[in-house]
Amino acid sequence: MKLAELKNHQRELHYFHLRIAVAGFVVLAGFALLLARFVYLQVLQHDIYAAKAEDNRISIVPIAPNRGQILDRNGVVLARNYSAYTLEIFPDKVPDLDDTVRALGEVVEIQPRDRTRFKKLLAEMRNVESIPIRTRLTDEEVARFAANRYRFPGVEIKARLFRQYPFGELASHVIGYIGRINERDEQRLEALGVEANYRGTDFIGKAGVEASYQQELHGTTGFEQVEIDAAGRGIRTLSRTPAQPGDNVTLTLDARLQEVAEAAFGERRGALVAIEPSTGAVLALVSRPGFDPNLFVDGIDPASWDRLNNSPDRPLTDRAIAGLYPPGSTFKPYMALAALELGKRTFKSAIHDPGYFEFGGRRFHDSKKGGNGYVDLFKSIVVSSDTYYYQVANDLGIDAIAAFMVRFGFGSKSGIDLEGEAAGVLPSPEWKAKRFRRPEQRKWYAGETISIGIGQGYNAYTPLQLAVAVATLAANGDMYRPHLVSHIDNLRTDERRRIEPELLRHVALKPANLEFVKRAMAAVNTEGTGARAFAGAQYTSGGKTGTAQVFGLKQGEKYNEKSVAERLRDHSLFIAFAPVESPRIALAVVVENGGFGARAAAPIARAVLDFYLLGKLPEGDLAPDAPGDDAPEGASQPGND
Amino acid sequence: MALDASALALRRLLARLGEGIDGPLLAICLILSALGLATLYSASYDQPQRVAAQLVNLLIALAAMWVTAQVPPQTLMRLAPPAYLLGLALLVAVALGGDVVNGARRWLHVGVTRFQPAEMMKLALPMMLAWYFQRYEAALRLREFAIAALLLALPVALIARQPDLGTAVLVAAAGFFVIFFAGLRWKVMAALLALGLASLPPLWGMLHDYQRKRILTLIDPSQDPLGAGYHTIQSTIAVGSGGIAGKGWLHGTQAHLEFIPERHTDFIFAVYSEEFGLLGNVLLLALYTLLVARGLMIAAGAATFFSRLLAGSVALMFFTYAFVNMGMVSGILPVVGVPLPFISYGGTSLLTLFVGVGILMSVQRHRRLVQT
Repeated sequence: MKLAELKNHQRELHYFHLRIAVAGFVVLAGFALLLARFVYLQVLQHDIYAAKAEDNRISIVPIAPNRGQILDRNGVVLARNYSAYTLEIFPDKVPDLDDTVRALGEVVEIQPRDRTRFKKLLAEMRNVESIPIRTRLTDEEVARFAANRYRFPGVEIKARLFRQYPFGELASHVIGYIGRINERDEQRLEALGVEANYRGTDFIGKAGVEASYQQELHGTTGFEQVEIDAAGRGIRTLSRTPAQPGDNVTLTLDARLQEVAEAAFGERRGALVAIEPSTGAVLALVSRPGFDPNLFVDGIDPASWDRLNNSPDRPLTDRAIAGLYPPGSTFKPYMALAALELGKRTFKSAIHDPGYFEFGGRRFHDSKKGGNGYVDLFKSIVVSSDTYYYQVANDLGIDAIAAFMVRFGFGSKSGIDLEGEAAGVLPSPEWKAKRFRRPEQRKWYAGETISIGIGQGYNAYTPLQLAVAVATLAANGDMYRPHLVSHIDNLRTDERRRIEPELLRHVALKPANLEFVKRAMAAVNTEGTGARAFAGAQYTSGGKTGTAQVFGLKQGEKYNEKSVAERLRDHSLFIAFAPVESPRIALAVVVENGGFGARAAAPIARAVLDFYLLGKLPEGDLAPDAPGDDAPEGASQPGND
Repeated sequence: MALDASALALRRLLARLGEGIDGPLLAICLILSALGLATLYSASYDQPQRVAAQLVNLLIALAAMWVTAQVPPQTLMRLAPPAYLLGLALLVAVALGGDVVNGARRWLHVGVTRFQPAEMMKLALPMMLAWYFQRYEAALRLREFAIAALLLALPVALIARQPDLGTAVLVAAAGFFVIFFAGLRWKVMAALLALGLASLPPLWGMLHDYQRKRILTLIDPSQDPLGAGYHTIQSTIAVGSGGIAGKGWLHGTQAHLEFIPERHTDFIFAVYSEEFGLLGNVLLLALYTLLVARGLMIAAGAATFFSRLLAGSVALMFFTYAFVNMGMVSGILPVVGVPLPFISYGGTSLLTLFVGVGILMSVQRHRRLVQT
């Protein structure tokens, strides 16, 4: 029994040892499996996982470059950057955003617009970024926050660069403004293939030179390799490639001249473009009213946006390049040139002006009741005879007019280095056929040619085109591309890239014809419609007044300025160049609803020429005096009696 | 003279302290614990107090080991049924009113501290089963094994319900090892295995879509890289990027950049493996192999049926912990909450492990003196 038990015990023990051995084998097999896995991961797949770990570890944080400055031709800074304190929230480090913003409101002033902007930015947030809740803190606010800092973990004061336009409204349409990059900007950047250079950049030029020279002004984004944790928070910087600041852009514009021109407009709406005829350099480009581009810098508030966008004065529109106006009588010198060049008139061609031109049984009235009597070609320009040019237009025909005018740039974009230029309308039968749908509208009527001759009808050009045309005339047919930028400086390499004058075309004209028209235009300013505005000028100048209709008078109705609402009054125009012998400046002025060209636009031209040629500031009030004895021009609607 | 006397007293004290302590076992455990502290130091750059806390845990656990080593296996056997019943009662108490942490009801308040009753079952269940088989040693038939299975199923079910799948698996494994060593027939085991495999497809059919998805994510973590799969993906990257020699102590980027979740506890192996590489892993595997081998040796030389079963189970328990944890971190096993023995941070787990070591030492001290 005892032996059996012992034997049983022995067998049991043997059995147990067998199982221990089995267990040991399982253990070894299990660990061998793990070892195989480790070899697989750490030896065979090591490269893959090492790369993955590296990807996990390093984040590329862009460093936005400093935007280049915009300067005028004399080095006056028109757009610059300045450093200001902003109060920024790191959303990751703040337990409750709403609570924090509320508590911050007790320390610094936080307006509803700040909250709105913060929420918007929060929604669009990218990694490793703090978001400003308040910009441009005052010193007092900085001090107050510093004293309360312990209460706000995850809130910091940072110095950020802001764009600033020190002259406010001055040349606002030329300079433009920057704004936050939106989806459309992103698409455009992607189309250009430069979106990588905009990582970390929040702002982009939206208008003016800020937009058209965006690439140059922007600079090259730098990069910082930052070691991050799984939550995306930066731990330390591994390497740094500094950003390269944007280029400084120097304009051809003269800020003082611009100032004089803008001041000359006063409260009136309109535009002025002054060009150097020998280069195409734009000396002044005015569109009134302007706007303060500083409003856009850190997101325009809805109230200001509303005011700017919905104002009937449309301050955001650049009238100089996008406003379309009939040229009125400023068209006449070119009509005279066309007639001479095409042999339809000679210097001596004269008419007796009864005060109207009859065509097809209809009477086209002259703006001077009773007419100007005996009018030759020279006098037709000096006194601005409508009757004379009704006939010229009729004799030339629309096709010849259009073919001639297109060479002066009428009705086509000048190619200025600004975005948003309008092409305007140079009327022709082809244009009309394209423009209208109904067959009876598509047809060109001979009667329509008559009013084209005095710059009315379908004629619609930008002030820039008027300026380019007069500059071309002044330069004896040389047409340069108008440009606003003189040179671009790379601050890092000290390289300067000059924008060379670009001759677009030479309008071949007989020198005698040119000379004749120029002389007539000089006479305008000495004895004609511009004489009053240019009385006592210490330089020679050529000019031409113009009055463009806004308001369609009923047939036979008499235009009475006083009875017509301000906005329906005629536009006042003036084109000029000076000095006559070797023109240094050519310009076009449009004063919306300014009435007669001689009254509103010509004095502005005088002020600009005075300052540019003599350095003389205008004296006293530039506002026009009472209607003079200048003949109102182009004010009558073609019509038959 | 006084110096001699005090030296003598110290030598006596050390001798007393050394009584019943198995040198190789202690050495292996201390090396593992030292590696654990070093890794924890690296993983706790942001919470340096954890290393000190773990050091205290280690001292407490060593004391518990020493005490356990002094307790003869007979006493352990007597303690088995009350320990098992107490553990079962506490598990019921947890199910009725325990604290919920991370969506699982596992903790029970005991005075000022919290306590996981499931943890004590890791030892109480094998003790109970070994006690039970010792009692019916003479005639172990299928009926006894069935009752043993019931004793096993009860706590495992309660733990799985918490839910704590990891601990449930470990407790079940500890119990199964006892049954295995007790001599459950191979045929029966094969039959059970076949039955289990056969029941899988119908069980799969009974699952909801989201449950299936969860299981599929366990198998293939890349299915849910930001959710359940994130742990495994990041820990696999950590292990793989460690390479042969590792990135060096304190230089693991995955760990230091907080890509590894649970890097102090269940995923500390990812930190270790990233910093010490394949060589470190081989060392760790070697240490665990030695630990398990020593445990199995002790079991083989144990004096009684109870101590054999218990020692064998404890030895394999170390293996199971290590295997499941490293398998999980290296991406060949699903993620279940199993700490890496002697390395992971946590007092309770360390206490259980060292008490297990203490049991082995106790069994070794009372081994059969004559080889038969």
